[in-house]
Order: sequence, then structure tokens, then C-alpha cells
Amino acid sequence: MDIHNQTIAQLAENLAAGGLSSRQATEAVFARIEATGQVNAFITLDREGALAAADEADRRLAAGDAPPLCGVPIAVKDLLCTRGLRTTGGSRILENFVPPYSATVVEKLRQAGAVIIGKTTMDEFAMGSSNEHCHLAVPRNPWNLDYTCGGSSGGSAAAVAADQCMAALGTDTGGSIRQPASNCGVVGVKPTYGRVSRYGVLAFASSLDQVGPVTKDVRDAALMLNAMCGHDPRDSTSLREPAPDFTAELGRGLSGLRLGLPREYFEVGLDEDVKTTVMAAITRLEKAGADIREISLPRTEYGVAAYYLIAPAEASSNLSRYDGVRFGYRDRQARELLEMYQRSRSQGFGREVKRRIIIGTYALSSGYYDAYYRKASQVRALIIDDYRRALEQCDVIISPVTPTPAWPLGTKSDPLSMYLTDILTIPTNLSGLPGMSLPCGFSAAGLPVGLQLQAAHCREDLMLRAAAAAEEQLALAGKRPQL
Amino acid sequence: MQIGPEKVVEMARLARLELEPEEVEALTGELNSILEYVDKLQQLDTTGVEPVSHALSVVNAFREDEVAPSLSREEALANAPEANDEAFVVPKVF
Repeated sequence: MDIHNQTIAQLAENLAAGGLSSRQATEAVFARIEATGQVNAFITLDREGALAAADEADRRLAAGDAPPLCGVPIAVKDLLCTRGLRTTGGSRILENFVPPYSATVVEKLRQAGAVIIGKTTMDEFAMGSSNEHCHLAVPRNPWNLDYTCGGSSGGSAAAVAADQCMAALGTDTGGSIRQPASNCGVVGVKPTYGRVSRYGVLAFASSLDQVGPVTKDVRDAALMLNAMCGHDPRDSTSLREPAPDFTAELGRGLSGLRLGLPREYFEVGLDEDVKTTVMAAITRLEKAGADIREISLPRTEYGVAAYYLIAPAEASSNLSRYDGVRFGYRDRQARELLEMYQRSRSQGFGREVKRRIIIGTYALSSGYYDAYYRKASQVRALIIDDYRRALEQCDVIISPVTPTPAWPLGTKSDPLSMYLTDILTIPTNLSGLPGMSLPCGFSAAGLPVGLQLQAAHCREDLMLRAAAAAEEQLALAGKRPQL
Repeated sequence: MQIGPEKVVEMARLARLELEPEEVEALTGELNSILEYVDKLQQLDTTGVEPVSHALSVVNAFREDEVAPSLSREEALANAPEANDEAFVVPKVF
């Protein structure tokens, strides 16, 4: 097996055994990135910083003082601040921004010994489902280069699928980890809201944003979560519950777990390939002894409408900080302050970001607030209530991740049709629950299809346990695109 | 609820954005199709439903008010489009 093909668990074992150094592993992934450059997953690479971190990791490994991710090459979505390493958010407005501090989760990965190799591409400020809303780099799906990776964490999913890193960080506000993970045939986890600190993550919609891992298999996702989770006094929404060892329950199998199949998820105009592939996976689990029961999440179809008021409303407020004063792009021709704000923002933001700022401003504006933002927040309460009832009848909810597999690049130009692709992932964010995507098969055209798993608040243990069992049954881990 | 181009311009102004005429035209159409879609929320009866702005139960996350290290002035100014030795510099207000 080539070095770049290894999982975190395999590499950590090989590094500990001493036959392989972190420097060799890091050089191997940089060679792989170069050899598979057509995937275009990165905005910024940090070879020099990565090799220095690798050498430090090798010293710790030699001294027998190795933390769990010691020496493992990992990529970070360009929405997370990395001290001294350019962080763009995929936007022209931050094209030259070099953060003076790192996100807490990046710091935690470094403390766990990870080698940060670079920053992956994404839709501008995480707004998009195809990673095409980024003028810095549009990634290509490693399974078929003419197709989208999905988004917004498209670069992270593509980099992991192409073995350009052992794992990557993504963020998920309405499906931005799970949908690209599904499209690229890798594992992507959105933890419970508050599990991972948002400090140092460029804010999109603060009540929905959550950082999570993209990995090659379920065990690696658990290993990443172990390093990432925990209370952070610098994030007031950070959970105080201690995070468990997420690997502890992985081997316990499906026995005693109730898996719920939400009937409404199959009534949203699913692509035949997705339906067939997901149902085949579910049948397989049933044959393996899974207790599968039908459940109902009746307000599922209203999630997108609620989300496309709530998320833009929060974004319109969060993005007001980009004003050309303290950091970021400034129009140099403006002679007055107001003119400078307007021109800097108008030139710095892309089309989709402007669209969402304007929707959000409208949803919050006097006279429309009750009809839009307040109504959406009430529907959010109803969706949370749906989950509460459903999760009394099952432990883990299983479903498709997206209504269709990846689509060809450049073919979805209408914003609303793009928004609707998130219909099965958005409700998880509105409810703050954990959710993930696990590869479960391929469409007739050879594109990956994911199985979504969701669980109750802070029950990642049950979700990961079911995912690990399903992964074993489906035997797809290690299946990689030909590049 | 349909909105006209003047509403789009007004919202853009509130958000400190300046739009080209062709952007206003395109956005008016796109926003109307989005607003038409979100109107489906009106199908749900939400009488008496308490709105939720956050899925989390955490309230009032207090901490001790302690002095801790923060960025130096130099670091804080390092990304400024324009700065002098001690402050951000902006164009005149009027």
C-alpha cells in the first residue's frame, strides 16, 4: 500500500512502529497532490510549515511522547483561521488575509500532533452546494473530473477522496460536510452543535455552523473527533458536557440499536439511483440483523424554506464586519467612508454572497421580520419537535444524504434549484443534532452515493457505532477513484 | 409577496452594497423566486409556537473576568489595508 493511501489509524501505527517517518508521509502526500493536481482541492499549500511540523512530530515519536495524531498530514478548510497561513474563506474580500491567531480546533489538532498541510477550497464563506462559488479554485470530483464535488466543503472531500491527505476539517451549516462527503465517497461528520469550538471559524450562520471531520473511514472520524471536541471558554455556545472517547463503541455492532427510516425523506423526488443504492444498503443491514422501523419527520419539506431565511439573516449580520477597515479588501478610489464601505463590499463579495446578504437583510427588516424571520424560527421549533418524537422510537435515523448524486459542473445556475439539493441535510442543522455521511454504493454512472445517519443530541456514539457496523457490512472502505 | 427592483436597491443600501443595474435586475428575479418558495412556510399553523433562535440549551455562559494576553497592536494592525503606527486609517467621513 502506498503511503498516501493509508488511513489515520494505519499511518499512526506505522509511524509508531518506526519504519516510516512523518517527514516521509508528508512528502508522500505533497507528491500525491502534485500528481493529482487536476482535482484542484487546495487554495493554499504550506509545504515548508508542514515539513517543519513533521520533523517536530518525528522527534516526539522518537522520544516515545507521541499524541494520537502525531505526524499525520491533515488539510483544513479555508474557513478556519490558521495563524500565519493565509485564510481566504474562498472570497476575494479576504484574498490576502493572514490571521494573527488560529481557530481553537486547529490548535487542538496541532496539539494532537497533526501536520497541517494546507487550506482546501470551498464555496465563498461556505455559501453553496457545488464549490463553484469560489473564484480562487473550483475543485473537480475525483470519481469523474467533469462533475462537482459538492459543497461547500468540496475541497476537503475531494482531497480526502484523492488521498491527498489522511483527513480534513470541514464545516457544515446546512449539509456542507455531509453532501460533499456523499458526492466524493468519503466519511463526513457534523457533530452536535457546540461539540467543536467555533472560535476562529469565519462565521456564516452562527446558530447552525459546526466544524467536523472528513475521513477515509469511520474509525478515523472517531479519532479526529477525539482530538477536536471539548469545551472552549472562547466560544459561548461551546458545550460543557465532556466528550467521550468516540472510538469506544465502534465495535459493538447493530444488535440492540433501533434504526429509523423517515418516510418523508423518500418523498422528495429522489433520483432512482440514490433510492436504489440506499435501499440496497438498508436491506443489507436488515439481513445483518438490524432492527429497522419506519418513522416520520413530517415537517422535513419545510426545512429548506426556514433555512433560507434563518441562515441568510444570520449571515447578513455576520458579514457586516467585512468593511475594508481593519482587514480584507479595500477599494482605493473611494474618497469618503460610506463610499469605501460600499465599494469594498461590492467588489469583494461574489454574487451568491450578495444574494444571501440581501435576502437576510430583507427577512430581518422592519415590516417583514414577523412574516419571514419569526415565522422561520417557529417552523424551526416544529422541526426540532419532529426529531424529539422520532428519536423516542429509534436510536439512529438512516436515510439518503442528498436527492441526487453529484451533477456535472456548470449545470445548476438557478439558485433555488441549488438550495433544494440540501433538503435532507438542513433539518439536522436546524435541530443542532449530529449527522454524518457514509459511502453506501455507486450510481449507474459510477458516482458515489452516501447513507446519512443522524442521532439525538450528543449521541455521536450511537451514530458512529451504527456507521461502523454498516461500513463493515457494505465493505466499501478503501475503495478509491482511479486518478 | 413580490418585491420590485427599488426594494432590492433599498436592501442593498442597508447592507452597504452597491449594485450594478444588471445585478439589480437579476437579483429581483432570483429573490422573487426564492420568496415565492419560502412562502410555503405560511401553510404551517404556528399559532402559539415559541420561535427558536438557537438549537442549544446553554444560557448565560459566564466566565471570570480575568485579564489575559491579547494581540499586540502590531499584530492587530498587520492586516489593515491602511494604518499608521497606532491606528487604522480610513477615508474622511464626509
